[in-house]
Amino acid sequence: MRFFARVEVQLRPGIADPEGATIERALPALGFDGVDHVRAGRSFRFEVDAADESAARTKATELADRLLANPVIEESRLELELLGG
Amino acid sequence: MAPRIGVVVFPGTNCEHDVVLATERLGGRGELLWHGDTGLGAVDAVVLPGGFAHGDYLRPGALARFSPIMDAVIRFAREGGPVVGICNGFQVLTEAGLLPGALQKNGRLRFLCQPTRLRVTSTASVLTGLAELGEELVIPINHFSGSYTCDAETLRALQDGDRILLRYTDNPNGSVDDIAGIANEAGNVVGLMPHPERASDALLGSEDGLVLLRSLLGAATARAAA
Repeated sequence: MRFFARVEVQLRPGIADPEGATIERALPALGFDGVDHVRAGRSFRFEVDAADESAARTKATELADRLLANPVIEESRLELELLGG
Repeated sequence: MAPRIGVVVFPGTNCEHDVVLATERLGGRGELLWHGDTGLGAVDAVVLPGGFAHGDYLRPGALARFSPIMDAVIRFAREGGPVVGICNGFQVLTEAGLLPGALQKNGRLRFLCQPTRLRVTSTASVLTGLAELGEELVIPINHFSGSYTCDAETLRALQDGDRILLRYTDNPNGSVDDIAGIANEAGNVVGLMPHPERASDALLGSEDGLVLLRSLLGAATARAAA
């Protein structure tokens, strides 16, 4: 089976996010009022071959934890979707 | 015999020749090691120099830690061999798990390239062994992701274990506890953001990095003799 995976990597809560803070500071000048709690992150997309959804999840989670995110400061969230065909 | 310092070159490393030159001026022998090699040869110490290993893609150090030579570097470190990561090399060491914590983007999201004043706050390491406690050194930094961060428990372990070697006197990047350089528990693995090799000649504006490099050569000589 083949799955589409999307991993979102964000700084852990409590870790300073200078990128998000800079974006947030720029917003009023652009006319966007009432927007706050901006956090910057990254998104990765890939496809996984696995026997079933649980195996795909295990593989993608390990990949996210070992490479895509640095667990010391970041956390990741995974979304999986079965690809048709 | 002159101690042999292996200087690891990743694709994108750009400070290797500076480290070799500074090493050789102090009477050591510098040897470039390619990241794709699986062995270190007969070196007595290893330096991971500054630059942008693998283009800093993903995160600084994130891909370099999977380079083939890193298994040998990790083995060498576990056997007590002196290993020093400068700037990008520090980032690689944290990503590889040889040092705790992580280097985050600088506080005000600025690339910083400037001399910094550092205070030596521990001499219990291969890089600060010959320095004096409390001594101030002017050594340049050159980085975008140099803000050291770690959880409270790790910070306590670093403080209680006398493992914070260098602190900024005027913290430029937002590092916790003004940290510019740390060591592992045994003191043989060191990471620092400032570049001692860029403060190794009066022509460069400072010779304050020499005491650190001399300490490393001393540790390498001791290991060669052992």
